[in-house]
This record gives sequence, C-alpha cells and structure tokens, in this order.
Amino acid sequence: MVDATLRRARGRIAWSQLVLGAAGFAAFVAAWWLLVHFAVWRFSKLPDPFSVLREWTSRKPEYGISLFAPTYYQDIWASTVRVTIAFLLATALGVPLGILLGWNRIAREFLFPLIELIRPIPPLAWVPLAILMLSGQQEAMIFLTWIAAFFATVLNTMLGVTSIDESYLRAAYCLGSRRWDVLWNVVVPGSLPFIFTGLQIGMGVAWFSLVAGEMIAGEAGLGYLILNSYMELQTTTIVIGMVTLGLVGFLSSALVRWTGRRLMTWQSH
Amino acid sequence: MAVALKPDRVAQRAGAISLRAVRKVYDPGRLDVVAVDGWTLDVASGEFLAVVGPSGCGKTTLLNGIAGFDPITGGEILLDGETIASPGGSARPSADRVVVFQNGALFPWKTVVENVAYGPIVQRRLSRPLALDEARSLLQRVGLGEVADAYPSRLSSGVQRRVEMVRALINDPKVLLLDEPFRALDAIAKSVMHEELLKLYDATKKTIFFITHDLDEAILLADRVVVSTTRPARVKHILAIDLPRPRSYRMMASAAFLDLKRSVADAVHEEAEKAFRRGERELA
Repeated sequence: MVDATLRRARGRIAWSQLVLGAAGFAAFVAAWWLLVHFAVWRFSKLPDPFSVLREWTSRKPEYGISLFAPTYYQDIWASTVRVTIAFLLATALGVPLGILLGWNRIAREFLFPLIELIRPIPPLAWVPLAILMLSGQQEAMIFLTWIAAFFATVLNTMLGVTSIDESYLRAAYCLGSRRWDVLWNVVVPGSLPFIFTGLQIGMGVAWFSLVAGEMIAGEAGLGYLILNSYMELQTTTIVIGMVTLGLVGFLSSALVRWTGRRLMTWQSH
Repeated sequence: MAVALKPDRVAQRAGAISLRAVRKVYDPGRLDVVAVDGWTLDVASGEFLAVVGPSGCGKTTLLNGIAGFDPITGGEILLDGETIASPGGSARPSADRVVVFQNGALFPWKTVVENVAYGPIVQRRLSRPLALDEARSLLQRVGLGEVADAYPSRLSSGVQRRVEMVRALINDPKVLLLDEPFRALDAIAKSVMHEELLKLYDATKKTIFFITHDLDEAILLADRVVVSTTRPARVKHILAIDLPRPRSYRMMASAAFLDLKRSVADAVHEEAEKAFRRGERELA
C-alpha cells in the first residue's frame, strides 16, 4: 500500500539528518577544543575534549572515574534508582490526581488553587523541610526529585482531560455509556498524549532536581560526583559526570517516549 | 449498503418525535440569547425529516435538546409519547437516539470494529467478544469489512462517516440524529454519501432528524423539509417532498426536484441574508 511506504519513509532517519547532527557535534567539540587550546578568557582552566575522552576511556583513570571504574557505575546506579523511584511515584500519584482534577469540578475547585500555590516553589527550597520531615537522606532526595515531576504530571494530565473534544464525550454518552465507561474509554485514552508530554517533562525535571539535591545532601550519585570533583579540582571528572547525565537523561526520556508510542499506536498512523 | 438488523426489532415501529413549543434560552436572565423559539412539530415514526437553515441559526441547539446533551428552557420533547426533555427534567442522552456529529466523533484510539462494538459493550447488551463479532459481521455486510481493524485516522472522511453511521445503527436506535454529517466532505464524496444514507434509510426505516444548510441535500434525502428562521430558530416553512423512493442523485436534475427547490428557495435565501447581515454566518 502507498501509505505503508510513506510510513517507512517517515520512520527512516534521512542521511542529511545524520550528517547534520554529526556536524553539529563536531562543531561543538572543535569550538571547545579551540577555546581551551588558545586559552580564550578563562577556558584554560577547563579540560579539552580529548583529555576528557582519554580519562573517560582509561583503564587507569587519573582521578578514579572512568568507564572501567566500578565506582562510576555505583554513582550512575545511585542516581538512576532515585530518579526511577521518584518518577514512578510521580506517575502513580500524579496521573490519577490529574484525571480527577480534570474530570471532577468539585475536586478541581478544591485542590487547584492549592496546587498552583505550591507548584512554583523550587525543589531546592524544599531541601531543609525535606531533611527535617524525612528520616533519611535517601528519602529526602527522592522527595525533592518526586515533587518536581509530580506537578508536571498532574498539570499535563489535567490539561489533557480538559482538552478532550466534547464530541467524543457526547458520542460516548449517546451510545449508552455511564460515567465510569466514559472515564475508561474516552477520558483516559484521550488524555494519553498530554499525560506522556507531562511524563517527559517530569523525567527532565526529575534529573534536574535530583542532581541539585545530591549536590547539597548526597553521599553518592552523579550530582555528588560532580560536586566532589569540583572540591578536588578534578575537572575532567566533572565533565565526565556532566556528559553521563546528558546520556542517562536522554535515555530515560527516550524510554518514556518509546513507551508512549507503544501505548498510542493509533496516533502514528 | 444493506443493513440486516434483527427482524423482531425492525418490526417494532417506534421513533415518533414530538416537539411541543420547544424553547431554548442561553444565559437566561442576563444575556438572554434565544436560540430556539417555539418549535412545534411532529416527526412520524420512520420519517426522514430535514431541517434547513443558515449556520448558527439554532438547529444544532434543537438537535442537542432532542439528544439530551443540553436541557431545554421551555416546552417539551417527547419520544413515542414519553417526555425526554422538559425545562425542569434532567436531560439525559440515551442509545435510543444516537447522534452522528458534524466533524465526526469516532474514537481515534479505537479501531473501526472497536468503535462499532462500543455501544453494545457499554450497554452490557453483549459480551465484548460477541459485540466485536457482531460489529465485524455488520461491517462486512455494509462493505466495510476491509477497514475493520484500521484506526479511524487512516480512513477518508467519507468512510469515517459511514463507519459512524454503522456505529449508531448497531444499537438499533429509534431515532438517528444527524448534525450536518457531510459538511466537511467535498461535493463528490457528499454525493456518494447521499446514496449510502438513502440505502441505509430504505433498509432500516429509522426516524431520521437531519440538519443541514444545503437545500439540495435536504430535498434529495427527506420526506419533509423544514425551513428554519435564523436565530432564534422558528419553523418558517414546511415542505413535503413527494419524490418517489428509492431516490437517486439523478433526481436532482428532474423538473419535480427543481419545482420543489424553487418553492422554498426564496424562504431559505431570505433567512441566509438575514443571518449574513447579522454577521453570524460563521457562527456554528
């Protein structure tokens, strides 16, 4: 069929796209190298890209962190566990609450003003209370990570519910639905695109808040690694930590996107 | 498109709508926008009634009142002698009067067959597997078997509208409420859809309440055409269409068709001009 071919064409990454993407990376690395090499401004204090790469892939890294160092993976693991727990909690609590707020006027009027007041408080402002409220550092950091992701999820889910075309609701009712049927068959699937936008944003802000939290209160994790390396002036390790954050952040967002696409095959046609 | 429904159900003659001085005011006491004013009309069981009027004249408001989407503020609507809408009463949609919408309302996240099976499933009339089986065989009988497993977004608007009508008919409703269902279609697709709808009507003899702003369409399809005034909607003129059935697009060039058209063209045009001058042409 014609549209099968079209769909394949859309799914394939074009050569020009690959070339341009690679060129963008190359330009960035070249600019970085030049700035460090010619000691422009204070860039002489930074490691150049090749020494970072050398350290990262070294079997005997100068500062102890590389692809061959078990502690490197311990830090990645510590951060990933925190983000995963916080993200799953944010999803499990945020999606149902968002649906309730979008679906029930009383619930919305009761809770929405409160949410709008708490939401703008930056996660970092929660640090002292989080440490006081929760018994352990682990719990405090998960809380900080969770709170940002939670609000992104709640708001987008609510938006998804309220933006469902009225015709779908009416069609469902005149075909004999009860309220509960409409919730399961129209409201939930109809707001899925927004829910997944919210989850992607949530995943982004989760990493963001986690790293900030680890820098303040952590004993392990990528945020802790970066701050610790800063104290010890191990600049290559700082950059390794940053690049690693970029990679795991990208992978986790891609995982959310992929899950969304699997659940919404009806959209890709 | 031959629809075979259960004979015992087809045998019941039902679906007579009575509109008694129906009135709908939006924002009463403040803006007081009168959308529908004093509609009194009887639609017989099995009749195909078309309402013609300019866009935004209040036709859809009337249809929403019959469907139970919106409460009416005056008068009464009865279906087979039972009140289904009145000012104090709560409006409630029901599967005995199914609406086919202007812009189509197939659920994009359900396949065609899941869409069609939706009514019987939520009404707990059939188990899910049985409903899907019945939906599939109904789709096959009307020549839509091939698209049963496709998602609606893969289909043309014309096919989507056909599926939507099957989704309505599987519930064996007493009344089909069609709210400008072919508005978004081009002239050629529209003409094909007219043939399809005529065949469906001949096969099922459901009461049809059809809203349109297209006079040709109304005359070709309906037993009676009601010309509505522009807002507030009132009955301006009722025209009985005595063209024989089965009907076909060829009749649109016949002398009888043109005579009918001529007899109400002025009335329709007058309302269109009023609506235009009021700048309400684009309000739907």
